[in-house]
Amino acid sequence: MFHNRNLEIVVGLFVALGFAALFILAMKVSNLSAFSDQEGYSVSARFDNIGGLKVQAPVTMAGVRVGRVEGIGFDQETFEAVVTLKIYNEFKQLPRDTSASIFTSGLLGEQYIALEAGGDVKNLAAGDEFKITQSALVLEELIGQFLFKAAEGGE
Amino acid sequence: MMDALAKLGRGALDFFERLGRGHLFLMYVLAGSPPLLLRLRLWTQQMYSVGVLSLLIVAVAGLFVGMVLGLQGYNTLVDFGSEESLGVMVALSLVQELGPVLAAVLFAARAGTSLTAEIGLMKTTEQLSGMEMMAVDPLQRVIAPRFWASFVSVPLLAAIFSAVGVFGGYFVGVGLLGVDDGAFWSQIQSRVDFHEDVMNGVIKSVVFGFVAAWIALFEGYDAVPTSEGVARATTRTVVHTSIAVLGLDFVLTALMFD
Repeated sequence: MFHNRNLEIVVGLFVALGFAALFILAMKVSNLSAFSDQEGYSVSARFDNIGGLKVQAPVTMAGVRVGRVEGIGFDQETFEAVVTLKIYNEFKQLPRDTSASIFTSGLLGEQYIALEAGGDVKNLAAGDEFKITQSALVLEELIGQFLFKAAEGGE
Repeated sequence: MMDALAKLGRGALDFFERLGRGHLFLMYVLAGSPPLLLRLRLWTQQMYSVGVLSLLIVAVAGLFVGMVLGLQGYNTLVDFGSEESLGVMVALSLVQELGPVLAAVLFAARAGTSLTAEIGLMKTTEQLSGMEMMAVDPLQRVIAPRFWASFVSVPLLAAIFSAVGVFGGYFVGVGLLGVDDGAFWSQIQSRVDFHEDVMNGVIKSVVFGFVAAWIALFEGYDAVPTSEGVARATTRTVVHTSIAVLGLDFVLTALMFD
């Protein structure tokens, strides 16, 4: 066997390697680096239909990620979905009449919220609500409408 | 008729007696562990023979498993035009399932058997009773360092297995088959969650490490002190560890990834 000291060095290397592997898994393989718990403020938006939107889904503006979906609730009085968005603190200057739409990335990809800036001089603050929202496109509804229109046109 | 019944009863009693001995053994080992903190060198030595020496087989196996996953996954995904998801498939299957399970099974085959044989032979050659005669508790001096070394090694080996496997999948997918480099990583990063996926894999491998260490040491300690008994105990280590790990894997998956 080795000297005790060499043995300890080898074992130390082994343990370090194990933690390095875990670190690689955390940073390179999982989304830990993307989230890294950025500080942000919460705003809410109401939608008629959120489709397949999930908590943690990205919130983007002009394609750039500016936040994420923090929570999804349901308003029992208006029968609307209430989505809480966390916008990162570095994006504080969103106009108050910014609109929120639910889009799908790619044809069958995951759904995300896209924000589009309005022209108001005042900025959104924590706790505010988006006034203009556009629900998710549900593919089945779309196809249904299309078929209905096609049948109508045919007669 | 009565004979058959008696045989069944004896079998059941033997089984439960062994189960009870196994749990008592575990309790004594855990109770005898604190003094180990004063003799960390014993633990380091075992970390070397149990963990470091298993490194090669685990890393090589991880590389090839990742490469095979990349190859097979590509052939399936390319039919749907979604070969960019190859990285997600490889990473999720490695991190959640294959890493912890295969690392534990390989560990049982590489290190568990040698632990069982070593302890079994110590028992056969009456070294364990010799220690007791000298008022040295073999559970403290021999078993506890090996237990904790195995317990710590398995999660580390599983993490190494998964990381090496992801790079194996990367070499095959991006290097050989031409999947886009950026899409490979970005898809992985957007779909694999650290707490949901990676940490649950780590929890699994911690449980597997505990079970693998326990079974290997108990089989050795409980072996019939003959050469045949040690041989049987060694076989049982591999069989029981594999079954326990695969069964627990199902239970843990059902609990964690619902």
